[in-house]
Amino acid sequence: MTPAPEVSDVLVVGASAAGLATAEALRRKGYTGGLTLLGDEAHPPYDRPPLSKHVLSGAWEPERARLRGQDALDGLGARFVLGDPAVSLDPAARGVRTASGTVLRADAVVVATGARPRTLPDQEGLGGVHVLRTVGDAVALRADLLTAERLVVVGDGVLGAEVAATARGLGLDVTLAGPQPAPLAARLGPLVSGLLADLHAGHGVRLRLGAAVLGLTGRDGRVTGVRLDTGDVLPADVVVVALGAVPNTDWLLDSGLLLDNGVVCDARCRAAAGVYAVGDVARWHHEHLGSSLRLENRTNATEQAGVVADNILGADRAYTPVPYFWTDQFDAKLQVFGRLPVDAEVSVVDGDVTARRFVALYRLAGEPVGVLGWNMPKQARLLRQRLLGQAPTPGRARTTA
Amino acid sequence: MKVTVDEDKCCGAGSCVLAAPDVFDQRDEDGVVVLLDPEPAEHLHAAVREAAEVCPAAAILLGERA
Repeated sequence: MTPAPEVSDVLVVGASAAGLATAEALRRKGYTGGLTLLGDEAHPPYDRPPLSKHVLSGAWEPERARLRGQDALDGLGARFVLGDPAVSLDPAARGVRTASGTVLRADAVVVATGARPRTLPDQEGLGGVHVLRTVGDAVALRADLLTAERLVVVGDGVLGAEVAATARGLGLDVTLAGPQPAPLAARLGPLVSGLLADLHAGHGVRLRLGAAVLGLTGRDGRVTGVRLDTGDVLPADVVVVALGAVPNTDWLLDSGLLLDNGVVCDARCRAAAGVYAVGDVARWHHEHLGSSLRLENRTNATEQAGVVADNILGADRAYTPVPYFWTDQFDAKLQVFGRLPVDAEVSVVDGDVTARRFVALYRLAGEPVGVLGWNMPKQARLLRQRLLGQAPTPGRARTTA
Repeated sequence: MKVTVDEDKCCGAGSCVLAAPDVFDQRDEDGVVVLLDPEPAEHLHAAVREAAEVCPAAAILLGERA
């Protein structure tokens, strides 16, 4: 381990899950110096996974998605500068300029600015078209859904499929459109994505898959439908565009940092001396997989934050997680550990597919690479521990410090 | 330290079990968190704090922070 550099001031740019987790991990590991979190939204840190489910359905008031109560935030001993986006970074000086003209400096800067939704070129200025990333997006979409009859979701990934399921639960006529043969096909492979397609169809979601979306139709400034490359137009009162996300790196264009679909980092999540990146915005070198990776999921935010905090405090830890995400759609709760390549050999090792309760193991060349649980979370986690290695729970060995 | 869990928030990831297996488990049937020890001994506090912070659903609450 290299000697700990003198770090007495840390600036975290981004006050969502990854930024907050970095701050919390620093304190948990004994850091007592200055700590500032800079956020573009005025809200205190909140969680995104519930937005497409509990908040959109109305089961939760938006306030319930807050990540921490005020006591916990106060106990962090951090300064929160909210509602003021970062506009530039000088890595050599570790200085960040904000939209209001403030310049913040620190010994270490953590880039945790997340990602923003990809959009269709013609959706600007067209009423009834939504994206879902922020709590404000969720509230606005819910309000529109409550007076709408026909929703078209553009995008057959995790977010699109969750929004379709939630909206169907609200009683809307829902169509899910996208280029894949089945929802999440590229992430889950043919067997499980086929089951997801059956699940959605069984709940009355119209699947218009295997067709590219060309754009939107509108009248008097409001959306009326979605145009497919088949020539069909899917009629809609409300459209949700869920086509993935783009890392928020525009503010770093003049920084000199290497940007390539994210902030490019070494295996230690370091982009430059004293500058780190964490969460959706970070692309780093995964030493075990031997490739560059950027993960957009909730657990990555906290696991990577733990490693970044260690490295800021002088450790020399590579970040080598077993990727994990979960998704809830209708009555299905899916847990996904590791990689599920579409050409993997899939075997059901516990439970029963027809009972919609099972654990599947994914192998490449005979080697286990991924585990999927369908309504069997505990069994999936146990299998993952057995076959894919222990979680990189950040700083576990140091928890008695 | 007083630990409480919000079962309604739990997503079944099992991160808490990996961080603090003496304090957390999961139900066999639906994976929801099971609190084994709501007032863990002091030597477990650091692991429990970590479990609360890495929970991807923010379902673990700690009171009387020591």
